[in-house]
Amino acid sequence: MEHLPVTIYTPASPVRNPGRLLSEMFRDLGASRELAWRLFIRDLSAQYRQTFLGYLWAFLPPLVTSLTFIYLNSQGIIRIDGGGMPYAAFALIGTLLWQIFVDAIHCPSQAIIASKSMLAKINFPREAVLLGGLYMVLFNLAIRLTLLIAVMLYWEITPGAGLLLFPVAMGGLLAAGFAVGMAISPVGVLYGDINRGLPIVTQFWMLLTPVVYPPKLHGLAGFLSTWNPLSPLITTARETLCGQPLTLLVPFMVVSVGSVVLVFLGWVSFRLAIPLLIERMGG
Amino acid sequence: MANEVLIKVEGVRKKFCRSLKKSLWYGVKDMAAEMVGGSREHDRLRPEEFWAVQDVSFEVRRGECLGLIGQNGAGKTTLLRMLNGLIKPDHGRIEMHGRVAALIALGAGFNPVLTGRENIYVNGSVLGLTTQEIEAKLEEIIDFAEIREFIDAPVQSYSSGMQVRLGFSVATALNPDILLIDEVLAVGDFRFRWKCLERIKQLKDRGVCIVLVSHNSADLMRTCSRGLVLQKGVTQFDGEMMQAILRYEGPSSGTDGMVKPAANSERGAGASIAGIQFRVQGAASSTMKHGESVDIEVEIHSEAALPKARVVIALLHSEQGPLFHLSSYFDNQWLELKPGRNMVTLSLQAPPLQFGSYYVEATLRGPELGDIYGQARSAGALLVTEPLPNYEGFGINGVLLPARKWSIRP
Repeated sequence: MEHLPVTIYTPASPVRNPGRLLSEMFRDLGASRELAWRLFIRDLSAQYRQTFLGYLWAFLPPLVTSLTFIYLNSQGIIRIDGGGMPYAAFALIGTLLWQIFVDAIHCPSQAIIASKSMLAKINFPREAVLLGGLYMVLFNLAIRLTLLIAVMLYWEITPGAGLLLFPVAMGGLLAAGFAVGMAISPVGVLYGDINRGLPIVTQFWMLLTPVVYPPKLHGLAGFLSTWNPLSPLITTARETLCGQPLTLLVPFMVVSVGSVVLVFLGWVSFRLAIPLLIERMGG
Repeated sequence: MANEVLIKVEGVRKKFCRSLKKSLWYGVKDMAAEMVGGSREHDRLRPEEFWAVQDVSFEVRRGECLGLIGQNGAGKTTLLRMLNGLIKPDHGRIEMHGRVAALIALGAGFNPVLTGRENIYVNGSVLGLTTQEIEAKLEEIIDFAEIREFIDAPVQSYSSGMQVRLGFSVATALNPDILLIDEVLAVGDFRFRWKCLERIKQLKDRGVCIVLVSHNSADLMRTCSRGLVLQKGVTQFDGEMMQAILRYEGPSSGTDGMVKPAANSERGAGASIAGIQFRVQGAASSTMKHGESVDIEVEIHSEAALPKARVVIALLHSEQGPLFHLSSYFDNQWLELKPGRNMVTLSLQAPPLQFGSYYVEATLRGPELGDIYGQARSAGALLVTEPLPNYEGFGINGVLLPARKWSIRP
């Protein structure tokens, strides 16, 4: 007789047994890889199967934003220094990078809400939902990167050795997005306010971050450029891409490592929150 | 160990909240408490909360099938969801030994835009099958669901019955130790339901431990040896399946005698039905054996004399519906009602009824088509307790047991 695995459900919080919680988390993460891939493929093909423009939709939003800035700049309506490169390229790269961050913020809540009925009725490794969402974010990132490459070829921007650090910069940006997204998701799934307010907040946050303008040194903008945790992430990502000296490397490292820690804590809270969320949101 | 305990439930409670606003707020508070490792105030009811499941304990062994019965909202699905680990108990402890497959909702996770085949892969891996396992079982799944011609069409073009078939096929392709089934068999056509019951039985014989929620007593008796009756979240009975069904379908008060009518909607001509009562072999009772005679007594109150009245009595089976409607006019022409209390009795000589619960509906009508004075339904059921049904081809099952004679000729 083989030994059967035993599962025990009690009201006590799993936090009280951190060792078991951790081992279950990593066991489920391993078990969810294949499923996450399937869910991602399912969502991806379903998402574009009923559209005429198909994958073009992944390019359109950031493209339109960038075009707006290019137009405003070319007509002299706003005069912004591109920091040694054509402003249009500067703004487009900034917007694309920002969009990757915003994708990552939205990902956890959206993934949970989209798989609500499945979560409520089937017990599968819950990590698959997050991982599937991550795959979707990475897919969108790949599309945005191809757009980025096109921009850089067009304006003949040559990346230097700093390009080697670009994946690290991307990792930091994604981690920060996920950290924010996971922190708000437990409440965001219950209260619609969060998801309604989020676009307003991210829009405002973008204008406070040197995304479409270079980092400022003085005044309120200078203060925000320094202390806004997103500034070093966006700036460093752009600098590695455009072969510029890395001016904010230390703050970048601090924010990235902090974000990775927060993502891990977010993962723990996701695990704890899911059964309680299911109970409140129903099928 | 052939009869090891696979499911162990000890004093489990679960509370829910009636108000959505409060429920969401409690949700936020509970999550905060869970994350700091504090207490979620499990044992105390906060305003607007109630116990959906209260102090339920039971054990289920390998190869055993437990039927969960109870009215809507009795806590059956909640209990099943706790067993499956979808929601946490607020009190008590649940132990599950082995791999669990649950059919809490068929086809959850079906994406309408994708084809049936694509959805088999998705649904299979959601339920914990690996790609190799799915591929090995793909043909079997398609054959069992009987949807080969449509397997490459998008699922949104399927009928709901087809979706149920596909969902059941995928779910039972797992090799579980424990199978939880929530009332999914009610959907789908008769033939497929039969097929599902057969498969459940096979799994049971293979040593799978099953918990089945159903409202269909025939299904329950076919598959389950033991029944647990839940009422408002409390275990009312745990024991032999037949007894459980009788407990569930029997009179709620437990007292025999005059049963108050459930509805007495239309009033006219000052006459109404005051109650319906059963007498078995001359004594007031609501349980009988096959072969015994039963009197259905309809008590009518009339303010004035009514020379031309009719009483229509309908006998209904708890699942099959009406077995007959019979008007007093058919046998006796008009009934003459006196002012005050009148007792109309329909005596059935050894009605050919099998094990099950039966209801009576009575309508009091006048001479014209539109004269409906009163209508009432027996609050409790008339239970036929013997002989017990048999589903292995050695006895009887169904609704009717006619007078009969067998013969054989060379």
